[in-house]
Amino acid sequence: MPESMVEVRNVTKVYERGRQKVEVLHGLTLEIPKGDFVALMGPSGSGKTTLLNLIGGLDQPTSGEVKVGGQRIDQLGSGELAHWRAHNVGFVFQFYNLMPVLTAEGNVELPLLLTKLSAAQRRKNAAVALQVVGLADRAKHKPRELSGGQEQRVAIARALVSDPQLLVCDEPTGDLDRKTADEILGLLQVLNREHNKTIVMVTHDPKAADFARRTLHLEKGQLLEQAA
Amino acid sequence: MTKSGFVVANLFRKRTRTVLTLLSVIMAFLLFGLLQSLNTIFNAGANYVGATRLITQARVSFTVALPLSMVPKLEAVPGVSRVAYQQWFGGVWQENTPLFVFAVDPLRQRDVYPEYVMPDAAWQAFANTRTAMVAGKMVADQYGWKVGQKIPISSNIYPQKNGSKAWAFDLVGIFDGKDEDAKKRTNQIFINHDYFDEANQFGKGRANFFVLKLGDSGSAESVSKTVDAMFENSPDETKTQTERDFNVSFVKQIGDIGLIVRWILFAVFFTLLLVVGNTMAQSVRERIPELAVLKTLGFTDGAVLGFVLAEAFALCLFGGLVGLALATVAGAMVEKGTGGQFQLDVDWHVWLIGLGAVVLMSIAVGLLPALRARRLKIVDALAGR
Repeated sequence: MPESMVEVRNVTKVYERGRQKVEVLHGLTLEIPKGDFVALMGPSGSGKTTLLNLIGGLDQPTSGEVKVGGQRIDQLGSGELAHWRAHNVGFVFQFYNLMPVLTAEGNVELPLLLTKLSAAQRRKNAAVALQVVGLADRAKHKPRELSGGQEQRVAIARALVSDPQLLVCDEPTGDLDRKTADEILGLLQVLNREHNKTIVMVTHDPKAADFARRTLHLEKGQLLEQAA
Repeated sequence: MTKSGFVVANLFRKRTRTVLTLLSVIMAFLLFGLLQSLNTIFNAGANYVGATRLITQARVSFTVALPLSMVPKLEAVPGVSRVAYQQWFGGVWQENTPLFVFAVDPLRQRDVYPEYVMPDAAWQAFANTRTAMVAGKMVADQYGWKVGQKIPISSNIYPQKNGSKAWAFDLVGIFDGKDEDAKKRTNQIFINHDYFDEANQFGKGRANFFVLKLGDSGSAESVSKTVDAMFENSPDETKTQTERDFNVSFVKQIGDIGLIVRWILFAVFFTLLLVVGNTMAQSVRERIPELAVLKTLGFTDGAVLGFVLAEAFALCLFGGLVGLALATVAGAMVEKGTGGQFQLDVDWHVWLIGLGAVVLMSIAVGLLPALRARRLKIVDALAGR
């Protein structure tokens, strides 16, 4: 039995929208082993991003347990959770979410400001991360000087630079053309296969899901199946 | 990249807006520096001699002259070692340049103001020549006066007996200051009171105020009380105070300068608060998703609050430092340009208050946007809610 990276047990998430309470996840249970690459699919409103946010420690469940890397993160306070995210998880967003005022190198170095590394070591690590995503020659460029695909590579380098075991990706190719999307997904595949990163990716795109090892389908806040 | 580098980079994301805001901050602190030093002038006394001199004037106002017959009575007060007296002449140079001209008793002046240095022969010439005048080095340099010249000076108050307000004096000496402070006050001119008293058309044997030199600075309060008690219920009631208080009350004839300055500064800083506060609020509003990303990456709520406050501080500090530096330069230029008659000295006190204002301003403009950034919920902010 492979060791679990993510364990979600009987999780419920209720959002309050004004006076209304909307239950997005209904007692969901899920286990993702270390080194897995999982695609989460489902229609809009099915709870994919909510589940991803819970796994990435961006939000807390209303009830149930979320365990990542053996640690209960649903019980952590805001500060502890921030500290946990800084050291254990990398994020990749649909719209890259880079800092426009920083260069590619600066963006990748940003999470390292939370470590005790020296400035020189931070620069070195950022350079290595950019090399991994094939953008070493664009280190000094600002996001507006990069293509969408390049921006997403910088975002992946930023997610990698702290060497987390888990990457959570929310529609990482949703804003890219097919060819570029395939390149990015190929890169994620390399990170999963060669660097043993566990990846949880939300996508609407079945072709993107094909790059994952397995696909999970959500509908109305419940997991429908678990396909290999 | 460093955290401070990140703060500065964020500050200049909208270069034009930041530069314009910075200019407002610079202007505000330039004004602050100049007005605060103006306030200092009005509160300044003869710090260089501490409380070793007192000034006795008429209780009603120093414009009401007191009789010189009071001099021996004042000198008899225990603790008083010498008394000088001064009469405002209302001097005007050429068309309408005002001069600080006082009619004085030369030797009493020398004894009571030891910080004014001039060769003894010049003091003697001043005492022995009825039409003599001595000028401070600053004013003599400004107008290129040389000893031996006859200097025409008009009075906007006192006509001569022939009705003419045009007077002329023989410049017999130029006095300098013993130290830096005293040098800055060599913008005055003294004429011989005896001559003035005889030649002018108005009152005789009077002076606007007496300057009491004390034997011991510790006796200032008791001397002040004794003198005022001595002339109580007489036709010439007095008010005896330190030079500093005298200066303050002098300017208070115009109005409460301190209050005026405070109101101007309040208006300036209130406007600045709105301008910079709006810039900061707008800047935070524009990058809510970025702030959410920072939190996503692991920056705590407190760290994000710190980033926004640091931006506000950097903006105010840079503007404040430049503004105060400009005020210092402008003050020096004004002082030089007016031949030291207007000493706008932006000294370390002003800088210290200015830096305090920078800190307060940073908190005032940065705290609300920073708290907003701190409260951001990542999930809502990323979803654009």
